[in-house]
Amino acid sequence: MKERAGKLFSWFNTRLPIINTFERHLSKHPVPSKVNFWYLFGALASVTLIIQIVSGIWLIMPYSNTEEEAFSSIEYIMRDVDYGWVIRYIHTTGASMFFAVVYLHMFRGLLYGSYQKPKELVWIFGCTIYLAMMAEGFLGYVLPYGQMSYWGAQVIISLFGAIPYIGESLELWVRGDYYISGITVSRFFALHVVALPLVLIALVFLHLVALHEVGAGNPEGVDIEEFVDDDGVPLDSVPFFPYKVLNALVGIGVFMTVFAIIMFFFPEGGGYFIEMANFQKANPLVTPDHIAPVWYYAPFFTMLRAIPDPLGGLIVMAAAVAIFFVVPWLDRSKVASIRYKGIYSKIALTLFGVSFLTLGYLGTVGVTEVRKIMSVICTVIYFAYFLLMPIYTKYETTKEVPKRL
Amino acid sequence: MQDKDKTRRKVLIGLTSAVGLSGLPFAATPFIAAWNPSAKAKAAGAAVKLDVSKMQYGQQIQVSWRKQPVFIIRHTKESLASLDNSLSKLADPNSDLISEPYKGLYPTRSKSSEYSVMSGVCTHLGCAPKYFPEVEPKPWDATWSGGFFCPCHGSMFDIVGRVFKGVPAPTNLVIPPHMFEGSILTIGEDKEL
Repeated sequence: MKERAGKLFSWFNTRLPIINTFERHLSKHPVPSKVNFWYLFGALASVTLIIQIVSGIWLIMPYSNTEEEAFSSIEYIMRDVDYGWVIRYIHTTGASMFFAVVYLHMFRGLLYGSYQKPKELVWIFGCTIYLAMMAEGFLGYVLPYGQMSYWGAQVIISLFGAIPYIGESLELWVRGDYYISGITVSRFFALHVVALPLVLIALVFLHLVALHEVGAGNPEGVDIEEFVDDDGVPLDSVPFFPYKVLNALVGIGVFMTVFAIIMFFFPEGGGYFIEMANFQKANPLVTPDHIAPVWYYAPFFTMLRAIPDPLGGLIVMAAAVAIFFVVPWLDRSKVASIRYKGIYSKIALTLFGVSFLTLGYLGTVGVTEVRKIMSVICTVIYFAYFLLMPIYTKYETTKEVPKRL
Repeated sequence: MQDKDKTRRKVLIGLTSAVGLSGLPFAATPFIAAWNPSAKAKAAGAAVKLDVSKMQYGQQIQVSWRKQPVFIIRHTKESLASLDNSLSKLADPNSDLISEPYKGLYPTRSKSSEYSVMSGVCTHLGCAPKYFPEVEPKPWDATWSGGFFCPCHGSMFDIVGRVFKGVPAPTNLVIPPHMFEGSILTIGEDKEL
């Protein structure tokens, strides 16, 4: 019996590179032997992606993408579908958690120089994933057709209107109607559940394949490829399975606990995960008193708001995301990790982190004179971190990086 | 392969690709055009009519044209007379920065000396500004003399929708095409335009 199973497997393996692919991407590939918790968030992001896909498929079944029924079908899911509320809260909590782990994952990249040569493409695919996620999150937020869905979409679609000459017709084309109607909702639905998930999955695939080609980094910024054994395996590495998998399982366990606590006890996240106004049906004639984005867009929303001119705001907001793509070429440092970089890099990254969080906070509260000034200052710091990077990384004294991990 | 053959192959590949690519816009047309407003959506976006003679002085009503708010205000004589008082606060008192359909006709900016008809969509990012006609200090302006305040990003407009200086909204509220036939107001259509 066992022999027959072995034969059957080898029949497949000679026709499909099962063992090779499995070993290369899931079991034997060498990973640095010493990393810290910051290196968990990539795995957590993959887990969240799977959670989103599964819960998403289950939400499509009872959801209705028409103007009349979109909102009530969400209430139907919450009240009438057995365990529908669990599935919906998995998806809404998953969205916030996805952004949380991706932000931490990206910060890890800045902290330990995970974009430096030869990992530029890994970084660029990652940035593209983030961009696709922002679009995916926005489209998904419109689907319940609540007040905040409607008015949030109104603000975002108006951004297209700020583009000179073609803006207005572009806006109309995106909506397919003179306001955000069922027509808009159903096309956003198609993009949210089919088009963008395909893009996201393809990008994640590329992100991982590129990563496994160049090898994962480590917090010391040591190039482990320099010392290898006779088989060409780096001396300072361990195989992905079991060492990193079992390690990651602990992290995943903690993550799932946090996830479950939020999902069962604070699914609205105090209005930050699901905004209160979204419990009312969309009404084009009544603007909610206070329009705030969900927390994960808040920093960029603040930048948009800080610039008085809509086109200027749009450009600044787009630039704030786009600038991540060129980080590999902005960093001129000889070392990768913040541990060996100089004082300027440390100050710059700290200021950047603080300004990003402040921008996030400002995006969720109302506007006052002081806050307006603060958002301008934080926007300037945000961009200064990137634009001055070629200077401060080049002219600072760095510490000697050890040869071995 | 000889060089001559290589060149030939290049030319053929080039020509074939060009012919193939020229088909791309044709193939893309249905996919792009399918996103345009459908015939049904266009019909639903037609002009609306209403009788405004029953409105009280100082009252604002809101009608929906293309599901967007349109504000109609019947101004009192006093409020129209005091329009010039807040002139120094305005960014574009004569609507020079936008294409104003009824420019210089009446202070109301509309086709009527008494009613204002304006789109209730903030020119910043499309929220609906709220009407605060009372002349009294407000949290957003200590010298408030009546007008619109946008709750989204704090833009301010006077009672005929002219934007204040130093707010996110760049221009005055837009005046939609409209016409009065007696007391019947039609929004979305103007035979004289």
